[in-house]
Amino acid sequence: MVTCYHCGENCIDDIIHYDEKSFCCSGCKTVFDILNSNDLSYYYDLERSPGTSPKSLEGKYDYLENADIVEKLLEFNDLDTQVISFVIPSIHCSSCIWILENLNKLNNAIKSSQVDFPKRSIRVSYNSDSISLKELVILLNRIGYEPSISLENYNKKASVIDRSLIYKLGVAGFAFGNIMFLSFPEYFEVEEFWLDQFKVLFRWLMFGFSIPVVFYSGSDYFVSAYKGLRARILNIDVPIALGIAVLFLRSSAEIILNLGTGFFDSLSGLVFFLLLGRYFQQKTYAFLSFDRDYKSYFPIAVTRLINSIEEQVQVYKIKKGDRILIRNEELLPMDAVLIKGKASIDYSFVTGEAEPVVKKSGDKLFAGGRQQGGIIEIEALKAVQQSYLTQLWSNEIFSKNKPSSFQSLTNQISKRFTIAVLSIAILSGIFWLIYDPSKALNVFTAVLIIACPCAIALAAPFTLGNLLRIYGREKFYLKEASVIEQMAKIDTIVFDKTGTITTNKRNSISYEGIELTRSEEEILGGSLRASNHPLSRSLYQLLKKNNIVTPDEFLEHTGKGIETTYKDTSFKIGSADFVKIKSISNNSVELKKPEKTSVHISSNNIYKGCFTFSNAYREGLSKLFEDLKTKKDLIILSGDNDGERENLELMLPRDTKMFFNQQPGHKLEFIKKLQQNGKTVMMVGDGLNDAGALAQSDVGIVVSEDINVFSPACDGILDASVFKNLEDYIDLSQNGIKIIKWAFLLSLLYNLIGLSFAVTGHLRPVVAAILMPLSSISIVVFTSVATHLFSRKISRDLKY
Amino acid sequence: MNIIYMLLGVSVVVALIFFVAFIVSVKKGQYDDVYTPSVRMLFEDELVKPNPDKNQSDSKEKSN
Repeated sequence: MVTCYHCGENCIDDIIHYDEKSFCCSGCKTVFDILNSNDLSYYYDLERSPGTSPKSLEGKYDYLENADIVEKLLEFNDLDTQVISFVIPSIHCSSCIWILENLNKLNNAIKSSQVDFPKRSIRVSYNSDSISLKELVILLNRIGYEPSISLENYNKKASVIDRSLIYKLGVAGFAFGNIMFLSFPEYFEVEEFWLDQFKVLFRWLMFGFSIPVVFYSGSDYFVSAYKGLRARILNIDVPIALGIAVLFLRSSAEIILNLGTGFFDSLSGLVFFLLLGRYFQQKTYAFLSFDRDYKSYFPIAVTRLINSIEEQVQVYKIKKGDRILIRNEELLPMDAVLIKGKASIDYSFVTGEAEPVVKKSGDKLFAGGRQQGGIIEIEALKAVQQSYLTQLWSNEIFSKNKPSSFQSLTNQISKRFTIAVLSIAILSGIFWLIYDPSKALNVFTAVLIIACPCAIALAAPFTLGNLLRIYGREKFYLKEASVIEQMAKIDTIVFDKTGTITTNKRNSISYEGIELTRSEEEILGGSLRASNHPLSRSLYQLLKKNNIVTPDEFLEHTGKGIETTYKDTSFKIGSADFVKIKSISNNSVELKKPEKTSVHISSNNIYKGCFTFSNAYREGLSKLFEDLKTKKDLIILSGDNDGERENLELMLPRDTKMFFNQQPGHKLEFIKKLQQNGKTVMMVGDGLNDAGALAQSDVGIVVSEDINVFSPACDGILDASVFKNLEDYIDLSQNGIKIIKWAFLLSLLYNLIGLSFAVTGHLRPVVAAILMPLSSISIVVFTSVATHLFSRKISRDLKY
Repeated sequence: MNIIYMLLGVSVVVALIFFVAFIVSVKKGQYDDVYTPSVRMLFEDELVKPNPDKNQSDSKEKSN
């Protein structure tokens, strides 16, 4: 197979040879030509076949001529400098970075461009006197980097990046280092003249360094503890905040009263390690977005017709009754009535049903459908926000964050822990009050200090943070670490059908009926080539290995089929009705059941048979279900008709429940009902039609063929190529919970050792200074080693 | 030994300088994208002499 020099795809259709290189399409060739003639062919030296083939435009970006819209999109706009940021999903390698940062070589009106690779975005500053935004977007498109501009970009102000955690970490680390340095001389408790001289200064310096640590770096813990207490929850931050407060007060008291050095070193170390854990857990996939709604799918503007004059209008300005033009591949942003044109609407976003639906003028069209074919004219029935699909987002599940009934493992344990620590502190305090009152306060505070659950608080962040990275390496991208804990608890998995357990790429096609001769296949191939219907395209791919003859006559009835003649044979290819009604049915072959997608063929009015398209299921589906069924309830929830039921029943375990014809709203309700019955549900879906169910479920996972393409709001994105490993991933999450529990035991052990010093009144600063970092570091080491052992087991399993 | 006071002052000042430098760099966004610069630093001069590069890649293709 020849691969394209530009994009690396296999050349399927016609191979274009140019400059001694092969290209899969003229688009790729054009990109090569542009880059080559601008001395930018280094692009191809940097990485092998780095490109993406450009898509056709035809008026797609006309709305960028509208000054209002441009103004909203621009980040900065001043006389001769305009700055704009785009997300370009096709950015994927160093060649991409290089070419996009050398845009000024292609057009010198572009001043500079900077790529942010993790975000897949580019920031371009240009001069709008010489190049308009539309021209800029078209330029990017021409070299295969189509920016994604959707309704979401409209009116979006540059979001403020929250860097407070890094600042806090920096402050804590800075103070920690300096305090360690200053307290070092006193660890050895040597009697030395100069040491005594400087002791006071050193102590006050430590005090000074610790103030920002407590009041700035540690502030989150106090706030969180306060919130927890007000909600009557003893979360893990309560003992931490208590520990920090006691550490600081006792240490300050010690140096003010000149009793000792205090525990400033342990204090700053504690805060530093805790923040480090938080930072580690905060792994984000900047190029993925986990909280998208319909806005990221919808166009920013549409073409409105007023007295047959076209005009680009922002979609929010569309009112009921406006006439709108929708071109090929454009999305309907609102419910509407078809006025003119051949509508063939692909509702896969809304229903999951992949086959386009043909509509006549006067029919109602729903928002979220994608037009396939020519230009249509529609009349808006509702504004964007009131349309059927968009109303799904007015469901309360989208307005608030997920109900936080979920209690993390750490918080569960912290309740008992806090109570235990407080009672030990009080009991030992009382004991010493009777035995030796001078030591009582000392022991009481020492217990609170040493029992500060630094190690416990670190166990979960480091385990989950590690797992998050391991999942990422295995192409499973989670929104945040807490998803792992929830994933370990699920007992029911609900799968969407189309696009989730089936692939979008391959349809498996089977033929039933009278066998076609070779020449018939040739004519068929030739006829199908001329048709743009998606089914024709797939069928053509199947037949084209034969010789292709061009038919003499060719007539396409949109929504019905094709009529074609070659020499003395005439063919009808199309829907059952189209082929059957006109053909003399001497029914030697029966027409197939209509619920399956099929293309029927008749030759010279004799019915031949039909090609049936069944969904191609993902690799390893049966095994995955087989493995999962012993542990989880499995349910299939499809927006499609039940044409595939038999097929699925054969393939999947017997007790898999299946529900068909589920509207997006029904799916949400279905999940809710499961949860009310005490189930913990994972929803595995793919499209906007699952958005409600994904948001309602405890863990919503989106399966995606191409992770750079937008997916609906969810907790995790699973690359379709690793779908079969889902069970291993769930297992890994459960192992993660085990690791956390072991780490808890380990840190409790440290606490016991520390407590034995504390209750006997022997807690010296140096003991605390050793014990605290030691416990923290050993927890970090333990969790890292354990997670990597488990993940190695997983990656080994996945190899086979 | 009074020099300790000065040394102490110097060490704290030096530490503070680095600390401020860190804060400033975070504020300027240096930590927002920690990947792209690592790739970008490897390009640099290629554009200056695009022609020899082009010839090279052409000749490579021919020899194959």
